[in-house]
Amino acid sequence: MSAGATAVAQSLDTGTVTSEPRKLGFAAYFACFRGIVWREVLRFLHQTERFFSALVRPLVWLFIFAAGFRQVLGVSIIPPYQSYVLYEEFVTPGLVGMILLFNAMQSSLSMVYDRETGTMRTLLVSPFPRSFLLVSKLLGGVSVALLQVFAFLLVAYFWSIQPPPITELKLFTGYEAPHWLEGIVPSMTEPSIITFASVPAALQPVMGYIFVIPALVVAGLMLGSLALFMSSIIKQLENFAGVMNFVIFPMFFASSALYPLWRIRESSPLLYEICRFNPFSYAVELIRFGLYGHVDLVSLIVVVSCTILFLAAAVFAYNPSKGLIARRGGPGGGA
Amino acid sequence: MSKDVSSGAGAAALVISGVSHSFGENRVLDNVSLVVPQGSFTVLLGLNGAGKSTLFSLVTRLYDNVSGEIRILGHDVRRRPTQALQRLGVCFQSKAIDSDLSLLQNLHYHAALHGIGGREAKKRANDALGKVGLLDRAHAKVRTLSGGQARRVEIARSLMHRPGLLLLDEPTVGLDIGSRESVIGIVRDLVREEKLGVLWATHLIDEISATDNVVVLHKGKVLFAGTVPGLLEAAGAANVRDAFRGLTGTITAEAA
Repeated sequence: MSAGATAVAQSLDTGTVTSEPRKLGFAAYFACFRGIVWREVLRFLHQTERFFSALVRPLVWLFIFAAGFRQVLGVSIIPPYQSYVLYEEFVTPGLVGMILLFNAMQSSLSMVYDRETGTMRTLLVSPFPRSFLLVSKLLGGVSVALLQVFAFLLVAYFWSIQPPPITELKLFTGYEAPHWLEGIVPSMTEPSIITFASVPAALQPVMGYIFVIPALVVAGLMLGSLALFMSSIIKQLENFAGVMNFVIFPMFFASSALYPLWRIRESSPLLYEICRFNPFSYAVELIRFGLYGHVDLVSLIVVVSCTILFLAAAVFAYNPSKGLIARRGGPGGGA
Repeated sequence: MSKDVSSGAGAAALVISGVSHSFGENRVLDNVSLVVPQGSFTVLLGLNGAGKSTLFSLVTRLYDNVSGEIRILGHDVRRRPTQALQRLGVCFQSKAIDSDLSLLQNLHYHAALHGIGGREAKKRANDALGKVGLLDRAHAKVRTLSGGQARRVEIARSLMHRPGLLLLDEPTVGLDIGSRESVIGIVRDLVREEKLGVLWATHLIDEISATDNVVVLHKGKVLFAGTVPGLLEAAGAANVRDAFRGLTGTITAEAA
């Protein structure tokens, strides 16, 4: 590592008890962050069956469900698509969202499990600020999710689901506020697309995959912080079936992952509003637009705001003096 | 970094004064005070449910002490948590190392949690494994270790940032006699050679040696704090077991 670390090494080399602790500088923060993320990745790579089950789930949806629905659901030309697309192509960003959703919930479950083992407590005994530790832990989870997403996109690529070459990066704005928000949130009923950068020819074929990464990170962080908050307030989260029924399925089905929202609106205006209230819809749209070189402004605002909100709630819940853990006598506490 | 008056070379490894804690109506700790001097082996003796784990949760700042004060080498846990936690090493009762990863990978992770990376982490991992006698297993996965060996890795883990105070919460639970002796021996060596302050929570009376400090915690109250001879005198008993029974009025103390 850096010169700073060497200096620390020398000052502590005596091995005796020193009372003044070393200062935690930038290098220390980085070492901590890297250590936490690397541990999540290592753990994931050591659990091969987890990798395959994470990959098989979206592939079953893609190969079987989407193929079956191809003839049932026609997708008209809606942004970001510039031509008719097959249902498989439409559903791919939704399945990417599903990977992020499952991964977030799974890591929140593992945190409940960790609470009972000493792992979570060891993390919280670290001298770094707790918010930093929790965000690092979440980004570790997101890194694992990114590995899964790109493995899935690679298989999908050979199933000829390939985002078109991106020649220009565009900003998309368009939003129709629901009735109950009218006057509070401005409507942008005339969708507009502004080009803000052009892409060098060499990067064009892969630009969709690169451009979607920030979208995946923010969306993953949003779902992860939601799951983290849940892990601190819900005691009986050990049961994955319960999480599936009460969190994953409602979030996944009441969203734009499987069907365009305008089609839901035709069948049920109420369901349409529920889907639009669901932050997961915006995560999926952010990913969908990202894969096609677009920034969907409204989705970006919603996802970033939700991330901040959920993260603040999670940090509050893990705060030693105010948090919910203290009130409940949690992580393995009590006695 | 500002210097506390009470910090510096002379500060005790751990000072707990007047700490109480409740979960709802249930008062788990009642005005608990104790001191762990540097270079001392202090046994926190109490039955299950005495409040040992809660006390550990407060010292490790899992939740805040609502009343009273906790200082680690002079640093107040609430007001200067970073400095306090930097000087603190903990072995929790439950497992804190990953079975799927190797010993070295585990130790590197814990070095990272204290901001130590790269070559320095490698050096410290080797040192720590040497101290617990597991250097030859450095690349083995934790799941291939015996229970006693895994415990020793936990101790190596808690030494990675060279703490001044080491907390151990019932570290010998579930170990056979040989492993127990080896774990206790390692920790006693650390106290002697590194001048570590150790707080060893247990309900096993035979883990106490005549030169230790003893704190008897019962139903959230400290009934006695001092040396072993002091304990025998205070209770008017011939051995620690009888002294413990006399003080707590229980006859259920673990047979050792």
